[in-house]
Parts: sequence; structure tokens; C-alpha cells
Amino acid sequence: MSAINPRTKIVDTDILVVGGGMSGSGATWEAKFWCRGKCKVTVVEKSTLERGGAVAMGLSAINMYMGMRCRENTPEDFVRYVRNEFFGILREDLVYDIARHVDSTVHLFERWGLPIWVDEKTGCYQREGRWQVMIHGESYKPIVGEAARKAADEVYERVMLTHLLLDERVPNRVAGAVGFGVRDGTFYVFRAKAVILTTGGATLIYRPRATGEGLGRVWYAPWASGSGYAMAIMAGAETTSLESRLVVVRFKDGYGPVGAWYLLIKTRSTDLYGEQREPLPQDMMERYKSLYGKYAEAKPTPTTLRVLAVIEDLMKGRAPHLMQTQERLTTQEAINEGFEDFLDMTISQVNVWAGQNIHPQQRPSELMPTEPYIMGSHASPAGMWASGPADIAPPEYRWGPNRMLTVEGLFCAGDICGASGHKFSSGSFTEGRIAGKSAARYVLTQARDYRPTISSDTIERYKEVVFRPMEWYEANKGVTTHSAARVDPWFDINPNYINWFQFMTRLQKIMDEYVAGWSTYYQTNEPLLNRALELLQFLREDFRFVGAANLHELLRVWEFYHRMVVAEAVTRSILARKETRFPGYTIRADYPALDDEKWHVFVNLRYDPRTGNWDVYYRPVIHIID
Amino acid sequence: MQFVPGLKYRRSYNADPISCWECYNCVKYCPEHAVEVRSYADFVPLGGRVIPLRDTKNNVIYWRVEYRDGTIYEFAFPIRTTPWDSIRPPTEWPERTDLDSEYLSGEPDALGIPELPVPGKGPELLEKATRDVKFPVDPIKRR
Repeated sequence: MSAINPRTKIVDTDILVVGGGMSGSGATWEAKFWCRGKCKVTVVEKSTLERGGAVAMGLSAINMYMGMRCRENTPEDFVRYVRNEFFGILREDLVYDIARHVDSTVHLFERWGLPIWVDEKTGCYQREGRWQVMIHGESYKPIVGEAARKAADEVYERVMLTHLLLDERVPNRVAGAVGFGVRDGTFYVFRAKAVILTTGGATLIYRPRATGEGLGRVWYAPWASGSGYAMAIMAGAETTSLESRLVVVRFKDGYGPVGAWYLLIKTRSTDLYGEQREPLPQDMMERYKSLYGKYAEAKPTPTTLRVLAVIEDLMKGRAPHLMQTQERLTTQEAINEGFEDFLDMTISQVNVWAGQNIHPQQRPSELMPTEPYIMGSHASPAGMWASGPADIAPPEYRWGPNRMLTVEGLFCAGDICGASGHKFSSGSFTEGRIAGKSAARYVLTQARDYRPTISSDTIERYKEVVFRPMEWYEANKGVTTHSAARVDPWFDINPNYINWFQFMTRLQKIMDEYVAGWSTYYQTNEPLLNRALELLQFLREDFRFVGAANLHELLRVWEFYHRMVVAEAVTRSILARKETRFPGYTIRADYPALDDEKWHVFVNLRYDPRTGNWDVYYRPVIHIID
Repeated sequence: MQFVPGLKYRRSYNADPISCWECYNCVKYCPEHAVEVRSYADFVPLGGRVIPLRDTKNNVIYWRVEYRDGTIYEFAFPIRTTPWDSIRPPTEWPERTDLDSEYLSGEPDALGIPELPVPGKGPELLEKATRDVKFPVDPIKRR
């Protein structure tokens, strides 16, 4: 530590909530409800509680609500729906658990002040689709963040956590986490009895379709850096379903979502030549049924098949598809709904319309599939392997408190809990509440007498590791060649270091070209995957030589380190599933068929932090709903 | 990328333009209304503008959308039905003793059904739904 000398701040707490988005806010709220004065709840967020997380911009709908009080849907109905979405591979105990609680969350949001559309005739919420309710959601996150701020004992904002700390006396036991203040460079050490990982999914692992100034216009938030997955993996926790990356069809380039257009406004889409695509025509449905059997017969058609329809047309030269907005925007009310849908949650899409003179009531908009994302909360189940609820989980899925991972004391919620997607914003907050109560119970009962053991040597070692990219930059910056073009520092060239941007583009090129990115139409095979692992190993070795010129770059460096860890786990998971289970998301060109007899299992991984080896585990899928 | 509208020089600061999501939070929150977005050069032709004004007194957000061809659209949408800073913290809710149950704060009354479902019980519990959702306290502090 020569060039920079960060101060160290040690924080002791009972429950450490990592991330202040929807699930982190839910965890903070519920943990404090049960803790009261008996345990301390601390939340750490790398931006702010007011706007942190994927709901930062707002949302136009809540995508998970049963409506049990209006006798609309049961949690059983919801599990059957999600089962079809994921072609049979899901943790029904976890999905059911969120579904039975989610309505109380949505009712609370409404009381807090979230404007939810109400059907005046019935008094129930205005439905977008079977599971969705419409909201005026520009301030969705500030409302929820206000509740979290009031609940937390301590809030640390602008602090990025980089590593979990394992206990030095008790094996396989989390004891806290370390990270740094992205504004002031303070080195933080949090010691805790329980840690709840609630960070978001992972974007920018794959090369996005826009690679210039529009690089940040990924559909899911660009700050979703997979940090929770990576920290859990590095601590030795088991993953699940990481081979199921999410690819979504979105309005081209602006990445405006399609949900409200299909479900509320009831727009249809066609291929480039006007041939019917969504709803899918009969001949395509028949073909999908012959390939994917009962899963293709489900209503609504699974997301992955609707994505596949666009990918197939891209390969045939019949895409982008066209959202025929002008057919339905025939009233001022419909025009308002169309614009509000995007202004509430994807403002860039309106920028695309405004700059390209696209008046949606006059002409259609193009639709394209995105680059892949790693997510556990949306229409994909990627994440970590979590223990289930005591009253309904089968014994195979129960080794500790609800939502505890395979590392003692480490909990998950939202994008981080795997095999239980379709929770979206309301389900993520709900799962945060579930994990928050579970962690409170844990620290007040079985972990009551636990004291974290972390030596000062360990703290000093991590401090060096975390700030090394800045040290390395300072030591080598004298021989940097600056580019004359004003794109500094993207193309600064130094023989001894690469910067975060250069590290990122290497990662994205590997993942895009070898691990089923958009440039290969989402296809890969065993030789390509093995080659990716070789190239990722070089990337991992080169991380020693990554430089950061300032704290902002240090933030980016650690975000992309986390993405690299996730990328390797994703590659290994795709390699381990020798079939094509989710055809619109990942196509194994060497195993193009779905094989339910052999592959109706979870593909899980564990990285051993002591040896650096990865092991694959195939876990059974146990259905608890008929 | 942000700049000060109407001025000839850049003044506001964007640490990392290529990582920008265009979430517009800097635009919405700047007290001087000094920030504007010039959308992504990769795919958005120049000339369009989208300008919000977020009014947290009346809880309305106003949008002005200007197209490259000169067309203007204006919208106003509600953002919140209660005053800011009115949420009651969970420690002001009555304390419960069922730490070992599966119930979360406010349940089952906040669900609108008499008890928490377990697999197979969902349909019959829906039959007993009341429409009536209750919380142990008002979640908002009224003035």
C-alpha cells in the first residue's frame, strides 16, 4: 500500500443485507420487523436506497400478483405456470412460497402510496395479463426505498462489496464481507452473524448489440454485475440452473419491453413481411409441439419458444419482427398507455421513437432478441441453490433455514435465489421478506452465540487485493500510450496493464463467440465451450494485471471480475447439460433435442475455494404440486 | 450524455457515459433542471428530446417529447398517492411472538384470505376470501 492509503472501517452487525434493490429492501423491512431491538440490521448498496437496483428507472406493471382476495389465482396455479415456463425444471417449494406471500407485499405497496390501477367495477386491481397488474410506477423504487431506509439500523450507500469472508474457526461458515466506498475509498469490513445476498443478475457478460455509446443500453440494468453470484461462488456455495440464460425479445435498440403491448394493448406482431407471429400461428405451434411436447402446448406459450420464433426468422432473413402498434393505438387513451409504458420504465425507447420519427400510432416498431443475461427473478431461473421453507419443502431441499445457501449463515433473495424465477419486482421484495424473517430467526436462535472470527492478517490481505488494481496502475502509468482519438481511456495501451474496458471487451468476445451469444444465434457446442474455458483461464490469470486509474474504475474492475466468475460458471453449466432444454435461450448445437428422460434434473456447480476445482452435481427435480 | 441546455459548454458531469442506462434519475433530481439527455449516438439520430419534470409536491411527473420532425407530445402521470416520508417504520407496528411461524408481517390479514396456503389448500382458501385487506396499523403516518 504505497501510492494509496485507504482508511479501514470495521462494522459489526447481526444481519448484513447486501444490496438495496427490491429484494434487499424487502429483507431489510422484514428482518427489522422481527428483530426489533434484539438484532441489528445493516444494508449496503453501491448506489442509493432511493434508486438502487433494477427498478431504478421505474416500472409500468407488477408482474407477479395472485389476487387471492378476489379469487383470481391460487399459488398452485402459479407453480403450474412457472413449471411450463421453465420446461419442468424448477424448485416448486420456493416458487410456491413466494406465491403464497406475494399478495400481502403488493397490498402493502399500495398502502405506502404506489398508484396501482383499480378496476372500478370490481374493486380489484386492473389486470394486464393473468399475473400482472398495471401501475403508475415512476416512483416505485423511491417508495419502497423509503420503507427500507426507515427499517434499517444502518445504511451504507456508495459502498461496493467485493468478497465474502469465511469464518476462520468454523468451516464453511460466512462471517462477513469486505468492499470499498466508491466515492471516498474507505476500505469496509463488515462482520455479521448472517449475510443476505440480494444483488441483481448479470448484464454485460455477453457482448451487447450496441457496442459504442449505447453499450449501457442493455435491457436489464448495466450495474447488475452478478456480484452476489460471484461472491457466493467464491465462498464455495452451490449454484443452480446457470445454463438457463435469459434472452428476451424487445423493441429494437431501445430495448422497450413487450408485455403491456401484447397483454394490455393487445397488439400483435408479425415477421418482416407481415406474416403472423405473435400470437404464434397454428403451423408453428404444431412444429414446436412435435419438438417440445407438452411444454409447447401450455397457455401462454413459454417465453423461450416465443424467443425461438424470432431467432429462427433472423436465420431465415425474416426478422426483425414488427410490433404492429398502429393497429391498436387508435384512441388517445391507448396512445397515452403506450407512451407511459415506456416513460415509466424504458425512457430510451421513447428517445428512439423521437429521434427516428417513429409515431407508434402510424407505423410498427422493430423487435429483436437481446444478448443473454443471467437472472433468477425474471423468465429464467439462474442462481444459487437455496434451502426451502420448513413446512412445504421436501427433505432433499431442506438443510438449513429457509433461503440459506450451502454455506452456513449465507442467505439469498431475488435474482440470487435460483430455480425459482418469475418473481419480478413484487416477488423479489417478497422473497427478501422471507429471507429477512428467516435470517432474523436464525440470529435470534441457533446462531445467537456465534461470534465471527476474522484475523487482522486476513483484513490486511483483502485490503491489498481490493486496491491492487489502483496500485498497479500507479506503478505502470508512466509508460502508457494515449490515443489521439478522444475515446480515452478505452484505448490507452500499456505493456503491463489492461483497463476495465479492455478486460470487459475480452470477456464479452469470448462469451459471445464461444458460449452462445447473439452473433452465433445463441448456439454453442462442446468444443466451443471447452475453448471458452481455456480463454477464460487466461482472462482470470490476466486479472492480476488489471489497472484502475481512480475509484470509479476500481468499481468497474471489480464488477467485471464478478462477471468473469459468473461467466465461467455459466460456461461450465451449459457444458454439463447435454441437451437443449431452453431452446430460445441456449441452443446446444451438438445436442439439439430436449431429453426429458435423462435430463429432468438440475445442473448445479460448486467451486472449491481451497483447491480452485469445480464440481458438477445433478440434483433431482421434485414436484410438489399436481 | 448530459449537458446544460441552451448553453454552449458542458457543465454537468457524467463519470462514465458508456455505462449510462438513460434512467434519467440525474435529470429528474437535478434541482436546477440543468441536465438533459442527448440519446445514444449508436442508433438515435439527433434532434429528438425527452424532458421530464417530476413534481414531488403534487406527485405528478410531466413529460415533454419532442420528435426530430418537430412533433411534440406531452403527458402527465401520477407517481405516488401518499406524501413523501410518510411510511411508518416496521418497529412501529405491534410486535408479534410467532417467530417460528411462516407468517410475514401483517399476515394473514394483509393477504385477504384467512390463513397462509400450503400445497393443495389454495383453492379452498380462495373460497373464503373476503376482499378485505387489513393491516395491524396504518402503514402510513397521516398528518
